[in-house]
Amino acid sequence: MPIAKVNGVEVEFELGMTVLQVAELAGEEIPRFCYHERLSIAGNCRMCLVEVKPGPPKPQASCALPAAEGQEIFTSTPMVKKAREGVMEFLLINHPLDCPICDQGGECDLQDQSLGYGRDDTRYEENKRAVEEKYMGPLIKTAMTRCIQCTRCVRFITEIAGNSEIGLISRGEDVEITTYLNAAVTSELSANVIDLCPVGALTSRPYAFEARPWELKKTESIDVMDGLGSAIRVDSRGLAVLRVLPRVNDDVNEEWISDKTRYAVDGLQRQRLDKPMARDAAGRLRPVSWGEALDIAAAKIKGAGSKIGVIAGDLQDAESMKAAKDLFGPLGASLDCRQDGSGLGDGPRESWLFNPTINGLDQADAVLIVGSNPRLESPVLNARIRRQWMAGKLTVGVIGQGGDLTYDYEHLGDDAAAVSGLAKSKSEFAKAFKLAQRPLLLIGQGALLDAGSLAALSGLVKAFNLVRDGWNGWAVLHTAASRVGGLDMGFVPAAGGKTAADLVKKGGASVLVLLGADELDLSKSDAFKIYVGTHGDAGAHAADLILPGAAYTEKDGLYVNTEGRVQMGQRAVFPKGVAKEDWAILRALSERLGSALPYDSLDQIRAKLFADHPTFGQIDYAPGSKPSSVDLTKLGDAKVASKGGYANMVTSFHLTNPIARASVTMAECSALASGTKMAAE
Amino acid sequence: MSVRRLAKDQPDSFDFSKDTLKKAQWWIAKYPDNRKQSAVIPLLWLVQKQEGWVSEPSLRVIAEMLGMPVIRVLEVATFYTMFQLSPVGRVAFVQLCGTTPCMLRGANDLNSVLKKKIGEPHHLSKDGNFSWEEVECLGACCNAPMAAINDYYYEDLTPQLLTQILDDFAAGKSPKPGSHIGRKSSEPKDAVHTLTDPKLYDGSAAKKIVIPNLPPKETNPKKAPAA
Repeated sequence: MPIAKVNGVEVEFELGMTVLQVAELAGEEIPRFCYHERLSIAGNCRMCLVEVKPGPPKPQASCALPAAEGQEIFTSTPMVKKAREGVMEFLLINHPLDCPICDQGGECDLQDQSLGYGRDDTRYEENKRAVEEKYMGPLIKTAMTRCIQCTRCVRFITEIAGNSEIGLISRGEDVEITTYLNAAVTSELSANVIDLCPVGALTSRPYAFEARPWELKKTESIDVMDGLGSAIRVDSRGLAVLRVLPRVNDDVNEEWISDKTRYAVDGLQRQRLDKPMARDAAGRLRPVSWGEALDIAAAKIKGAGSKIGVIAGDLQDAESMKAAKDLFGPLGASLDCRQDGSGLGDGPRESWLFNPTINGLDQADAVLIVGSNPRLESPVLNARIRRQWMAGKLTVGVIGQGGDLTYDYEHLGDDAAAVSGLAKSKSEFAKAFKLAQRPLLLIGQGALLDAGSLAALSGLVKAFNLVRDGWNGWAVLHTAASRVGGLDMGFVPAAGGKTAADLVKKGGASVLVLLGADELDLSKSDAFKIYVGTHGDAGAHAADLILPGAAYTEKDGLYVNTEGRVQMGQRAVFPKGVAKEDWAILRALSERLGSALPYDSLDQIRAKLFADHPTFGQIDYAPGSKPSSVDLTKLGDAKVASKGGYANMVTSFHLTNPIARASVTMAECSALASGTKMAAE
Repeated sequence: MSVRRLAKDQPDSFDFSKDTLKKAQWWIAKYPDNRKQSAVIPLLWLVQKQEGWVSEPSLRVIAEMLGMPVIRVLEVATFYTMFQLSPVGRVAFVQLCGTTPCMLRGANDLNSVLKKKIGEPHHLSKDGNFSWEEVECLGACCNAPMAAINDYYYEDLTPQLLTQILDDFAAGKSPKPGSHIGRKSSEPKDAVHTLTDPKLYDGSAAKKIVIPNLPPKETNPKKAPAA
């Protein structure tokens, strides 16, 4: 590997690295505004100036300068210091002195770097430039006089999010960042520009003037808004979660999160169930004590025999599902964690995982998307597909509804016939899929609703040799954070048991325990419904007994993401009112039922979980494509007729779970997305 | 230069005329299919030729035609000052050069003439026939002061001449472009005093040029041995 000298110290680097990256390898900090590792290089802020020999006797922008063998890089000479001071002075000429009222204060690159690299006094006498205010939608608050024109937001929206909606108009001193005629940004990843903005020009609108960063308690946790399990940081003050920010996890979300992940948290303050409630004789829900509530539940469950149904919702942690399984399983209850009616659950673990792993998408050369709109079901994952497509390495085919996925694809039909017909298809995509070294079959829940469709998909495994040495192209994209965890522990009906859809039918069960299950139509069910959950949503409205649980920010919990990666969420705040953690509620209930669960603490239930289901013990490990010969060719049942066209399971991105539905911000975004509200209203 | 914005009052739609469309397609055909957006500047120019200015609906039409995001078209349209973002005079649109040589030669006086005859810059005259703006150097400094009216340069102007030209436009005539004091392009204004020596033109005054720092010439170039 070539060697360069940074401040006299020799550093080995890889060809193609820039001077800035080489300097960082040597541990030198280079100030920058426009440069960002995951975006294209713009080189327009000039903050990263360094001195390089051999080269012209002037400072050079290190972010855009390729490093070369034998180069000598100096990052702290008088020339560099003077250059940085000069650049900083230019940047500050037009930057308003409004740090005390700016939301970026305390986490502002410009503040930090002017302290570190700027002059200690001011020479400004002229008026500062003013820029007209802009509108960018309900999420992004703008203060464009603060903008330093780094164009990170433009590059992010264009390159990664894939909707070219933000641009830099005009020229010279008059340049302005704006959307076309102040339209709202529609990308599902739009709010990431707030993190990217090095100054306070783009800040968070829902979080405006809420808090300063140093007042907040930061808790590293895991997102549950989709099946991806993005790494997040939950910022809270007192009892309130004020905001959610992404954490870097290169294996999952890199450093992006979707707008829903970021902004659904105001739903944690609204519509909350904070005390147990029971329906009285008049049919009204009345608050009761925990003791009464548990007594009612125990009495009903004892009287129901084995006609008990337990349905786990999409946001459930593994511990609570484990407790429910241990409690109700022995009673002969029907368990189901698949509210949407997905047919997965039988067969090997690989059949319900995103086997190539999310990182593996970077190697895929042909992707067939069946019954899914990844842009709505997992925007961050969709950005990865787009990146691979942008690099020209990926051919994409879609069977299903399709839609604007931010990349081009060939539409091949929308039903099981198109899936089974693909092997004989003469389409361009079928050819590419056949020839691909790393073919990836991305299966959405929309294509898993019946055994016939599953069988058709399973047929592709053999026809296109999806499982080969070192590569398993069977990739199920889950929309629910709890799903893989539930399937991994067998939270599905035992032989002869009833599925969720059967349980909510009239006479389907005598007692129905809903663990945060809100996506079902409960109007037909005549069962006694016990709702364990957090929000006054569909489940709670229909419930006869409400046991208030903890939301994902209020409990330590394990979540298994779509690729089978077990991740640990952490508690940021305490549950509301007298609400308890879900597994603890079930533990208390088990006592009343006379069959106390054998664990008294989180550690104990986790120990039991790891003992019974060893996959849960492998924290932050994604099994990925194992060379072992997994047989995925015989899934489903070809004799079952498929139900026609595949619909996408997520139609309204912003309203997929009870937390998001309680969120005012999400409601506003949803109205904007569906066109019922105009942008600048 | 001020902040460039789209005009407040915009037409509802924009359509290419048959002729412009043909030209537009000629431009688009010059580029590979996946690089169609390279034609954005010619297309904006064609729109301006057709309408006199670039309207908001036309940006959308161009974006659709070239398969590019409309914000990218807006970026280009607002970047180049040659694109007029609001309506200009139907009969004459005057771009007066106000940069140093023209200013020294009396552009400020022309400025007052335009202000008097047409009104404020960037505003249409009452009848909508005239508008004007001051621009930076148009590269005809030899013939300062000058102004570009519609597509042509009117040079060596005086307040009287400019008044006359504007009156001619108003009367429906098309005044002759070029110098208005009778000289040909940018030849010397009065008698020729310099560059009269015939030796300049027969080659005898030329000196041998020595290029510094050239390697010494090899008298007998040999083939270099293979490395």
